[in-house]
Amino acid sequence: MSAKLVGAKVQRVEDDRFVRGNGRYVDDVAPDALHAAVLRSPHAHARILSIDVDAVLDLDGVHAVWTHEDLEGAMAEPLPLLIPHPTLTHGRTQYALAKDEVNHVGEAIAFVVATDRYVAEDALARIVVDYELLPAVVGIEAARAADLLVHEDVPGNVAATTEQSNGDAPAAIAAAPHRLALDLQIERSACMPMEGRGVVARWDPDQGRLQVWSSTQTSTGVRAAVAAKLGLDLGQVDVITPDVGGGFGVKIVHPWPEELLVPLAAQRLGRAVKFTEDRREHFISSAHERAQVHHVEVGFDDDGRVLGLDVRFWHDHGAYTPYGLIVPIITSTQLLGPYKPGAYRVRFDSLYTNTVIVTPYRGAGRPQGCFVMERTMDAIAAELGMDRAEVRAANFIQPDEFPYDHGLIFQDGRELEYDSGDYPAMLEKIKELVDWDGFPAFREQQAALGKRVGLGLACYVEGTGVGPYEGAHVHIETSGKVKVATGLTTQGQGHQTAFAQIVADELGVRFEDVEITTGDTRRMPYAVGTFASRAAVMSGSAIHLAAKRTKEKALRIAADALEADVEDLEIVDGVVSVKGTESSIPLGTIAVLSNPLRYAFDEASKAATQFNVGDPDKPPVAEDDEPGLEGKDFYSPPRSTFASGMHAVIVETDVDTAEIRILKYAVVHDCGHLINPMIVEGQIHGGVAQGVGGALYERMAYDESGQLLNASFMDFLMPYVTEVPTSIEIDHLETPSPLNPLGIKGAGEAGVIPGSAAFAAAIEDAERAVSPTFGITAMPISPSELFALRAAHVPHAQEPK
Amino acid sequence: MKPAPFDYVRPGSLGEALQALAGHPEAKVLAGGQSLVPLLSMRLAAPAVLVDINGLPDLDHVRADADGVRIGALARHAQVLRDPDVARVQPLVPLALADVAHATIRNRGTTVGSLVHADAAAEMPMVLRLLDGSVDVVGPQGRRTIAADDLYVGPLESSLHHDEIAVEAFFPALAGGSGVAFEEIARRHGDYAMCGVAAVVAVEDGRVVSARAGYLSVSDVPAVVDLTEALDGETTPAALARAADAALAVLEPETDIHATADYRAHLARVLTARVVTAAHQHARQHARQEQS
Repeated sequence: MSAKLVGAKVQRVEDDRFVRGNGRYVDDVAPDALHAAVLRSPHAHARILSIDVDAVLDLDGVHAVWTHEDLEGAMAEPLPLLIPHPTLTHGRTQYALAKDEVNHVGEAIAFVVATDRYVAEDALARIVVDYELLPAVVGIEAARAADLLVHEDVPGNVAATTEQSNGDAPAAIAAAPHRLALDLQIERSACMPMEGRGVVARWDPDQGRLQVWSSTQTSTGVRAAVAAKLGLDLGQVDVITPDVGGGFGVKIVHPWPEELLVPLAAQRLGRAVKFTEDRREHFISSAHERAQVHHVEVGFDDDGRVLGLDVRFWHDHGAYTPYGLIVPIITSTQLLGPYKPGAYRVRFDSLYTNTVIVTPYRGAGRPQGCFVMERTMDAIAAELGMDRAEVRAANFIQPDEFPYDHGLIFQDGRELEYDSGDYPAMLEKIKELVDWDGFPAFREQQAALGKRVGLGLACYVEGTGVGPYEGAHVHIETSGKVKVATGLTTQGQGHQTAFAQIVADELGVRFEDVEITTGDTRRMPYAVGTFASRAAVMSGSAIHLAAKRTKEKALRIAADALEADVEDLEIVDGVVSVKGTESSIPLGTIAVLSNPLRYAFDEASKAATQFNVGDPDKPPVAEDDEPGLEGKDFYSPPRSTFASGMHAVIVETDVDTAEIRILKYAVVHDCGHLINPMIVEGQIHGGVAQGVGGALYERMAYDESGQLLNASFMDFLMPYVTEVPTSIEIDHLETPSPLNPLGIKGAGEAGVIPGSAAFAAAIEDAERAVSPTFGITAMPISPSELFALRAAHVPHAQEPK
Repeated sequence: MKPAPFDYVRPGSLGEALQALAGHPEAKVLAGGQSLVPLLSMRLAAPAVLVDINGLPDLDHVRADADGVRIGALARHAQVLRDPDVARVQPLVPLALADVAHATIRNRGTTVGSLVHADAAAEMPMVLRLLDGSVDVVGPQGRRTIAADDLYVGPLESSLHHDEIAVEAFFPALAGGSGVAFEEIARRHGDYAMCGVAAVVAVEDGRVVSARAGYLSVSDVPAVVDLTEALDGETTPAALARAADAALAVLEPETDIHATADYRAHLARVLTARVVTAAHQHARQHARQEQS
């Protein structure tokens, strides 16, 4: 038997082409295409009085210029509200091209198609729009005050007010021996994939078919939206997702205006049309996340056990709500992490502001929830003078309490019921990894050198692998090669490697013989998409099931051909043999036999022709069988599976300059059984880097008029490799999920979730050694802000030595 | 992010380049392009003509002799940074260059281009002023030398005339008994600094007889402050505090999205102490080497 590949550190097959620059992205498709550019609002809030495009028409190379007036039927209606929710009473979405009003800087107003992007941008410069400026609502405070409204017909700027509870939290808090209240806040950041949004479309007038390439996280979603908006049958639209240069959530939103306008242009002009978003556009016209303000009230006992937790928060939703309430719902439920408060109540308002829309960014509401819960745990520890790890341990759900039902409804509309986990064991691991018990001695040693260091810990639980389903199709060709298709998309995670590992193990074929296709609606038209750390769980399970079906068929045919019992057969390296004998048959030959032929086309296929095979008294294809060596299956779990993790970080806060240096970063991670530990660790590394960004560097700097002041990589500070920890120490815990055949849980988002919580704790810990009242209630934090906080807590502490 | 239309010329001689510039009041010189090309792409600049001087002969020299370092208009930062003679003659040049952006930018960007871009947040204009260097320019009236003190007239504004091309920069050599130091604090490695300070300190018998410091990102134009009087011969904590006071009396830090004015002022204070101390040490070391 070959060694099992699932669980092995198999080298990623994707990397060869990525590292050599041989990836093939949307912008590489159709080099002959016309190029589109979009006129975007320079104002955060304005009424459009008129648009004059006359000056564009005499510019050489312009093929089309459209405003809302040029759109018809469904295209002229607002974009879909993708995820309705009963409490989203005032959901609003934008138009593909603004009609009458713009609600954020960057909103699409006019669409130009030209021979190239240069000419298209020249054309944009000639369009004259007459605006009536309206005052802008920027920030949660302004949205709550509601002196001004984003949408005239949305009172209080409130899109939704949602409440969930389990038990009577206010009563539990009132009765608790100790009580605390905290106000906590997180700022805006964004996904910032290296490749921005992009779409190419080609209309084939002979076949009446549209082909669309999109840099998306859901090709089936885009397909359905394009067909609906353009009035085409699903069967007329193919959506293909080639290599994608990162998504991190922003590309699950669909359809973007350009994803509809480009196909429409291709159809109307009869030419291939391309839109490649530039970086400034990505900043002002895709999506952001994270901004929330939270008020926490908590009651607890002498051991730090939370008896009641009451959280109210305000979510900055930006100008529109195309992705529903997913982000605040996740905050409101995943805030609980590994803990079991005696009673819990959460209420949130989702608020409109005149800024870029807010939709999930890796972590999707969890970094905020984790920050809130972990700051609360640290505050309880400080209040009681307890060890911060002990307070957490006192609140953990215990290993024998799974499945654990929180009595709340999760983002997928199902119960928030944890499937498995072992938080006490995980805490022991992280304490060991970061040397929790040795830290006081380290702090003393550093203090003797004049250095200030601090240690922070943050725990989280992540619901992963949400439904409704994914599917897979496995096809063994007569060459013995295995072609696998699953419908969700891939954006660099290593799916082609991880999925091939699953297939190779289940089918008994060589890893090299497995080829995985993702995100191509021609190969798998039924799929949901890649988000919520779901690809491995959902498509991994579907692929496993489909491979199993294929194997069953292969063995059935082989048993016939070899005149043996199925139980006596095994498949190794693509060859079926009768155990302990020389008798064998390659899978490629079985594929030949699976498809009864009238016509031979090569030596191998002769074996399947009508005078060579089959019982002449039976139909060549049995009644409940199909030709071909194929298997298809779908995986649809009852609810999400819950991964978990704990991060610990040691920082130095420079005594003189308030610079924040990362001395050690440790991660313990539980995503059930690991398919490929190297890929999981890579996901953690990337997540931690984004966590560092969110905690110490990134923010969207809007001014009061709604202009984004840092819409470039010069001023929006994503961490470089020089800003992330040089090494991240990782330990794994594997508590298998009972919900899927492989026992796996999602791993994609985990690394980013506890970043702000852990850094806030570590910086606070460092500063409290000299300034006991120092506290961090808002993230991210820059050296300049740390300097200001120090000054607020210890006046005159800033003189250089 | 595509530039507005422009004409492009790539002259083969300095004379042709000057002619091209003279012919178009809205012409811009393109050398390394590390500042200009992003401005074009964002349509923040839309010159009618780009005069690409990369084809001009004999402008990529880096020469160091007893007087100082001469850097041609087409010498890239990376080329200057790795030149051992430059480091020997004027060690402040490579100290500061190492913090100019990132390696890929230093490979393309020219030192002279950075000098005449006149950004008060950039390292090299400040260093040129601190060292009392100069830039040679050629125009229709011939060649002239602009002293650094006369070069920087406003934010992102130099005294170069539109029809002139900067052809060479001169950084004077480190004088005997002198030392230099440089440190900056940026949000990320390679970013424009929130504050940066360079110092030149001269000693006699261990005492400071002259001390000047240059400052980044805390003024509109590259700022240099003479700290000699404030230090009064010493680099004790009290003397350094007086020096920082003297500097802050001149500097005008401003608040932006990365740092408050208070924080920048604080950094100027911390870095003044660090850099003057380090330059003092370097000067004593230098003096000892000269004696032996």
